[in-house]
Amino acid sequence: MNRNLVQRLGFGLLSFMALLTVLPIILVIIFIVVQGGSVISVEFITGFPFGGMRSGGIWPAIVGTFYLTLGTAIFSVPLGVAAAIYLSEYASDNGLTRLIRLAIINLSGIPSVVYGLFGLGLFVFFLQFGTSILSASLTLSIMTLPVIISTSEEALRAVPQAFRTVSISVGATRWQTIRRIVLPEALPGIITGVILGLERAAGETAPILFTGAAFFLPRLPGSPFDATMALPYHLFVISTQVPEMPIQIQYGTALVLITFVLAMNLIANYVRSRARARRQW
Amino acid sequence: MSVLVPAPAASGRTMKIQIENFSLQYQDGTETLRNINLEIVANAVTVLFGPAGGGKSSLLRCLNRLNDLADVQNRSGRILLDGQDIFDPKADVIGLRRKVGMVFARPVVLPMSIRQNLTYGLELAGENRKSRLDEAISRSLKQAALWEEVHDRLDDPAIALSGGQQQRLCLARSLALQPDVILLDEPTSGLDPISTGKVEASLQELKKDYTIILVPHSVQQAARTADYAAFFLQGELIEFGDGKTLFTTPKQKKTEDYITGRFG
Repeated sequence: MNRNLVQRLGFGLLSFMALLTVLPIILVIIFIVVQGGSVISVEFITGFPFGGMRSGGIWPAIVGTFYLTLGTAIFSVPLGVAAAIYLSEYASDNGLTRLIRLAIINLSGIPSVVYGLFGLGLFVFFLQFGTSILSASLTLSIMTLPVIISTSEEALRAVPQAFRTVSISVGATRWQTIRRIVLPEALPGIITGVILGLERAAGETAPILFTGAAFFLPRLPGSPFDATMALPYHLFVISTQVPEMPIQIQYGTALVLITFVLAMNLIANYVRSRARARRQW
Repeated sequence: MSVLVPAPAASGRTMKIQIENFSLQYQDGTETLRNINLEIVANAVTVLFGPAGGGKSSLLRCLNRLNDLADVQNRSGRILLDGQDIFDPKADVIGLRRKVGMVFARPVVLPMSIRQNLTYGLELAGENRKSRLDEAISRSLKQAALWEEVHDRLDDPAIALSGGQQQRLCLARSLALQPDVILLDEPTSGLDPISTGKVEASLQELKKDYTIILVPHSVQQAARTADYAAFFLQGELIEFGDGKTLFTTPKQKKTEDYITGRFG
């Protein structure tokens, strides 16, 4: 076979593979929009479910997911960013650091349902937070930490070493250098990582299953110690636990969830591209 | 091999820095300095030159203790600045770095405006009076021969400047702190001849107020700029003396061979 033909075949195959990876996400979105688009209305978004959840809206689940994401952010962002700063800026390559890194890698490999059981044992029972937004947020935080730590550390390491050297050479301390030079430079990357981590938390079912999610709650949660409905769990419930559930409501709920997550994704992208534009000046 | 290095004829000159029996070794065993004895005269340009790996940059980075950041395995001997041992455990490292400014081989401007690049060090030192900051900006930019080019766009991002301008901004950034000593580590290695000329010319002006230690990027630059010159070879100080004498009638064979281009 002639070399040009081989080359063209090769490229053709590769671009076909690349296209194949895009196909599922497009199909998923089209499918969900077609199936669930018809139920989307103001009442669906802002209403409470009734009639055994077979009619009405999903407002409590939307609010619940918002609270859980916010709660996760409150715990995981400061902890994760602080850990990343320590690992990138202070830690020397010793046994302790290697242990921390090993722990982070392993944390990200744990199945989410295991986090759920862990949260049930530690937060719900041992610390007596009960089945609550607090317990669920803490559980989601632990699950999110590895993502936030590793992306933030990467963003910090991407800041040129020369900036640090120069800053130290004009009489800055290490912390002044981090606060005034390194962190501002790494911030867009850190924000992107944080949002990607929170996005995962917002869409998870298993970790909140035992720790904070309510099957049905006719009111909004009033404190962090209340249980709450949440979009992913609500979707699971109405898809498997409620007989004769109208399929449009299931897909409508899925549409709201995926919009919630994609919106966070868009924000992350916007932050990233704005930072890139700023750097080019 | 040990070579007796005569101190420069210091008639009426004050010694700014005294380096006594100074040795340095890195953990990875790369560059080392062996038993360096050197006296740096105030208000003059002292040039440290020689082939790569000779320890010039290492010595430079010891003078403001920037080498604290590197993996130094062994250090012995003393470095005195105005008679004070800079490695004294009680020494004020931050204060030392304000007193001994540094310009690096690659121009590294901080990711902020021209103005902020100049005020950064001062603000860290607690200076926030606008009049003082403005005064420091115009003085340092004029001393670094950059004022004419940037005075009307101080709030532009520093990264927008050309390479030569960036390097002069780096020089101005050290000058803004009004140091006693300025260390320059091949400051013109990436610059065109015109920018190089500007930097070299400002050094000759600056030595009236500052003590300058320069690692040049060529023997020619060393010969052009040196009041005093020290030739380093593989971690040892081979010859030290008055610049004019050293480049015209070197005492050591190795120095002569290097200057005349027989190796290097």
